[in-house]
Amino acid sequence: MTLLPGGICRGSTTVVNKTGGWRTFMPVYDYDKCVKCKLCELLCPDASIDPRDDGFFEFNYDFCKGCGICANECPKSAIEMVLEEK
Amino acid sequence: MSREMNIDKSKMTVVEGSYAVAHSVKVCKPNVISAYPITPQTHIVEDLSQFMADGEIPNCEYLNVESEFSALSALVGSAAVGARCYSATTSQGLELMHEVLFNVSGMRLPVVMTVTNRAVSAPISIWNDQQDSISQRDTGWIQMHAENIQEISDMTAQAYKISEDKDIMMPSMVCMDGFILSHVYEPLVLLEQDITDEFLPRYEPEYTLDPKNPLSFGAFADPNYYTEFRYMQQQAMERSLKKIEDVAEEFYDMYGRYFGGLIDEYQTEDADIILMAMGSIVGTIKDVVDKLRENNVKVGLLKVRTFRPFPAEAITNVIKDAKVVVVLDKNISLGLNEGALFTETKSVLYNTDIRVPTIGYMIGHGGRDIKMDTIERIIDEATEVMKTGIKKESQFVDVREDLL
Repeated sequence: MTLLPGGICRGSTTVVNKTGGWRTFMPVYDYDKCVKCKLCELLCPDASIDPRDDGFFEFNYDFCKGCGICANECPKSAIEMVLEEK
Repeated sequence: MSREMNIDKSKMTVVEGSYAVAHSVKVCKPNVISAYPITPQTHIVEDLSQFMADGEIPNCEYLNVESEFSALSALVGSAAVGARCYSATTSQGLELMHEVLFNVSGMRLPVVMTVTNRAVSAPISIWNDQQDSISQRDTGWIQMHAENIQEISDMTAQAYKISEDKDIMMPSMVCMDGFILSHVYEPLVLLEQDITDEFLPRYEPEYTLDPKNPLSFGAFADPNYYTEFRYMQQQAMERSLKKIEDVAEEFYDMYGRYFGGLIDEYQTEDADIILMAMGSIVGTIKDVVDKLRENNVKVGLLKVRTFRPFPAEAITNVIKDAKVVVVLDKNISLGLNEGALFTETKSVLYNTDIRVPTIGYMIGHGGRDIKMDTIERIIDEATEVMKTGIKKESQFVDVREDLL
């Protein structure tokens, strides 16, 4: 890797640096309640929610920091924040 | 050395220093101007505002912001998308920008900003000294000081050319003494549009913020990477030493005007006593040098035009054969009892074979008038140093004991 001046980076340059370990609470889907509205994916500030082929979504725990915005905004309360046991 | 200038008298006019700077900015065709008014910078941004209202600066946005912090922050984004950016400030405004100054230089954005040097509060003072810009010396900005209105006018265009060079990409602070230059009318040639169009190419940065090709500027750098960014900035500063000289030469060829590159010299060749200074005080010192030369006093002047990058080699080359060097500073590092130029001049001499006695005077704080008599008295004291050695290394000038 060669650094560009000015701390300039292209996208995805920090993929190797997994930041999920910062998390205290982890979001967990209840797929029975989920209506595939996509709101969680749109609102995730860290692009850590990925679409699945079946239309549902899944969390990328390598980068999710457990901020809870998805759970807070879910109109069907289909996301629960669970204390993560280490 | 001072040079013969080919100035076309028919092109000369008389304007206020602030107008001359605003005119130069207009001629450099900026895309974004963002500034917050503060004395004595106000006339510059007022004149630019008028140019905007009169439609004289096409393809430009003038942003009215609510503080100096915002003024410079807005330019971080603007410069990152590829706009040529301008701001102006002074004193408290410049100090409020402190954090953003590091961001601009750290992201390698070639913003050019005029600083109309003014004292810093408290106590409140609107008058001139250079404490404001000197306090920002470590922020990674190229810092240049002008002697007169013609020089600050020309320096503005030079600064864009230096800063925007692909090998440099560092912001520039072009400094003029508040009121002494900003509010004074002098004859000069306003920066010529036709020559400048040729002198200053379009700003075409290698990297820009663009939604079609997403990039992060100034991204997170953990301890594995941070050092390298500072190292690269320092390398760019070192490259700019030559660039500043080259641009001054090119400017001289194209416009016929020259005020020095990193430094300029006046009667230094055979001088026993060399005075060093920055900014408008240089003009006063030249008059004193002329007067004393008539009495065969071997005195000369080293004008430091570029304070960052610090022109160590250029300075030592000039002062190495002097018998005493006198550094005048319109600032003080409180707690060291020295001005910055004095401290740094001594530091570059230390590990050399040059053993020239060097003394410092802190002068003109908060706008106190610097008279020819004062400079002459300092030169008298320097003459004593030649005979008897240094008694007082660094001191204030004209402290009013009656008030203490």
